Amino acid sequence: MQEHDMSWVRTEMVLAQPAPPEERGAYAWVRKNLIGSVGDTILTVLGIAIVLWIVPQVINWAFINAQWSGPDRTVCTTAAQGGIQPDGWTGACWAFVNAKFGQFMFGTYPIEERWRPILVAILFVALLVPMLIPRVPRKGLNAVLLFVALPIVSFFLLIGGVFGLPYVETARWGGLLITLSLSFVGIAVSLPLGIVLALGRRSKMPIVKWLCIVFIEMVRGIPLITVLFFASVMLPLFLPEGVTFDKYLRALIGVSLFAAAYMAEVIRGGLQAIPKGQYEGADSLGLGYWQKMGLIVLPQALKLVIPGIVNTFIGMFKDTSLVLIISMFDLLGVVKQNFADANWATPQTARSGLIFAAFVFWLFCFGMSRYSMYTERRLDTGYKR
Amino acid sequence: MASQEILREEPSRGSFINDPRIRSLFFQTLVVVLLFSSIWWIVHNVIENLQRLHIASGFGFLRSRAGFDISDTPIAYTSDSTYFRALVVGLLNTIIVAVAGIVLATIVGFTIGIGRLSQNWLIRKICTVYVEIFRNIPPLLVIFFWYSGVLAVLPPPRESIHLPFGSFLNQRGFYLPRAVWGDGSWLIGVALLLAIAMAWFVAHRARQRQKATGQQFPVFWTSLALIVGLPVLAFLLGGMPLTFDFPKQSTFNLTGGFWIKPEFLSLLLALSFYTAAFIAEIVRAGIRGVSKGQTEAAAALGLRSGPILRLVVIPQAMRIVIPPLTSQYLNLTKNSSLAIAIGYPDLTATAGTVLNQTGQAVEGVFIMMIAYLVLSLVTSLVMNIVNARMALVER
Repeated sequence: MQEHDMSWVRTEMVLAQPAPPEERGAYAWVRKNLIGSVGDTILTVLGIAIVLWIVPQVINWAFINAQWSGPDRTVCTTAAQGGIQPDGWTGACWAFVNAKFGQFMFGTYPIEERWRPILVAILFVALLVPMLIPRVPRKGLNAVLLFVALPIVSFFLLIGGVFGLPYVETARWGGLLITLSLSFVGIAVSLPLGIVLALGRRSKMPIVKWLCIVFIEMVRGIPLITVLFFASVMLPLFLPEGVTFDKYLRALIGVSLFAAAYMAEVIRGGLQAIPKGQYEGADSLGLGYWQKMGLIVLPQALKLVIPGIVNTFIGMFKDTSLVLIISMFDLLGVVKQNFADANWATPQTARSGLIFAAFVFWLFCFGMSRYSMYTERRLDTGYKR
Repeated sequence: MASQEILREEPSRGSFINDPRIRSLFFQTLVVVLLFSSIWWIVHNVIENLQRLHIASGFGFLRSRAGFDISDTPIAYTSDSTYFRALVVGLLNTIIVAVAGIVLATIVGFTIGIGRLSQNWLIRKICTVYVEIFRNIPPLLVIFFWYSGVLAVLPPPRESIHLPFGSFLNQRGFYLPRAVWGDGSWLIGVALLLAIAMAWFVAHRARQRQKATGQQFPVFWTSLALIVGLPVLAFLLGGMPLTFDFPKQSTFNLTGGFWIKPEFLSLLLALSFYTAAFIAEIVRAGIRGVSKGQTEAAAALGLRSGPILRLVVIPQAMRIVIPPLTSQYLNLTKNSSLAIAIGYPDLTATAGTVLNQTGQAVEGVFIMMIAYLVLSLVTSLVMNIVNARMALVER
């Protein structure tokens, strides 16, 4: 055995070398993400061509050539069409949106009464924002105010007829007011109804179970328009003579029932994902059916299916635009109705109005989907299978 | 002995109110009673209302004269035809737009979905923007955008936009050359059928040979050569019996050719572009759902990237993709009812007209519901068969 000669031992770690220059910085990123291979390079060129073809046109149309304000159609038409623009001009006619903005928001709600929907909107935002921020305390009180007090206050504020407020019939409502109120009430009704239907579908009582299955599958199998037709032409036939329903209420019933069927399927997915041990554990603690569901199963199940629930909300928000078919004027309906205004009939009117409406719908839907992603991350306690 | 006597005794029960069986019986009886009394109340009201409004009931109206015109008629129809025929025309239009939409949406959706997983940053971003825009706006708005925002502001027929292959685009729609098949064109059809049969046979034999001996056979190229080659051969032998009827510009309109109306075009484009955004997300989730170990194992076995995708990733991804894809197809079919907003005569639109003319709301809505339910069931059935073929075979 020979003694080791340990004349030199390194005492500190070798520092990490910087990555080679071709693996760092903007150039490496470009090489990896844009020109990795021949096919990649072709795709990049194609992509740049698409972007260069679309983006300048869109910016030109929507901002540079756009007309932001004006009294009537002359600002948005070329000389040949009887306007002030040079020949060959194309640009967005935001002047149309600007002039009709009040209508797009409130429909034909009387102008001197428009402070009422505005007040409701302010109350709604004031209650919704603390509800959405997790750190704000008193969620229970907030929820009661938002889902019980606000609808009652809004009902009296918007319809009026009491406390000296003039009566405004729902036929005069329109625009974003209808879109938002229909979807808010629809959401508030369809979630509990969906929970009841989902529980019913998984119930051990055969009659309840089959009733729920028939209802859910039938509603899911037909288009919303058919449901709205049903609500608008058949509901009046179902009621005794003399009893009439408001058209708005009929649309509300149609939309809520439709959304509830979809909601039930989403929630059923969550219920099925809860392991049997949870149900049995609740039973062994001696909890009754509603205690078992309310305290043990539903809190876990609903948490699992938040993305699905929000998707249903988004779908419902988009679907409110279909009330146009039974001649109610939501945001999209009002925009479309105003195409017929001879004062604003230009080739750009339809496009500008629709893009404005699309932007409003997009803002709400995109906001909802982002918030659901945030909640999903926050509630992800690691139990997910 | 004594202990057995005790066991045989009736176990002591609490109050019968707490017996789950009795409770469930009670609640179900309650539900049935409530249900039947409300149905009875509704039927009673309906009968009374119909009598008061002098509206006939029953399906007899289906045999009477419709008296309204339909703009798109895949089968012969005049205003003298019956209501029944009008509804059939509507149903056929729904099926046409749904099938065309499903095909187009699948193509666009798969392209965008694969694009969202591309190595290429730019392509990925473009596809993301597309998905985020179209997923968050209502389909009805997309339909209106195509109809009144794009197609309605195209130039009038006199200044039609010329497109390749003698087709035209203007305010009144899209004009394509129409193929006119001459004598002897049946030969081409026969050749095509023969080629498909032969290709199937070749594929079958090749699979058997590969299982027995391990030797491979270029099935794809052989089939392609058969399916393209035989009809072309028949076409040449038959003396090229195909001519085209090109649309011609006259003073005020275009005549001849194959005319696609703007209603159909905007409905088709809107439905497929809208649904494609959802299909893209499904495809992306499906491909990402195949674990990386599968790709790596395939690479370790010496497969190249093409076969890895074709033989390992896609078959597994399809299992995840098909069930939600089915529900998107169903959604597209149901969304085709939005046609009523721009006047394309689909089932909902024609049934709505019939309903307004006859006043028989109950029967009209009933027909609509049944038709859509049947369409949904048929789509589900077809997709379930596809799914069963794709599903994991457990050994």
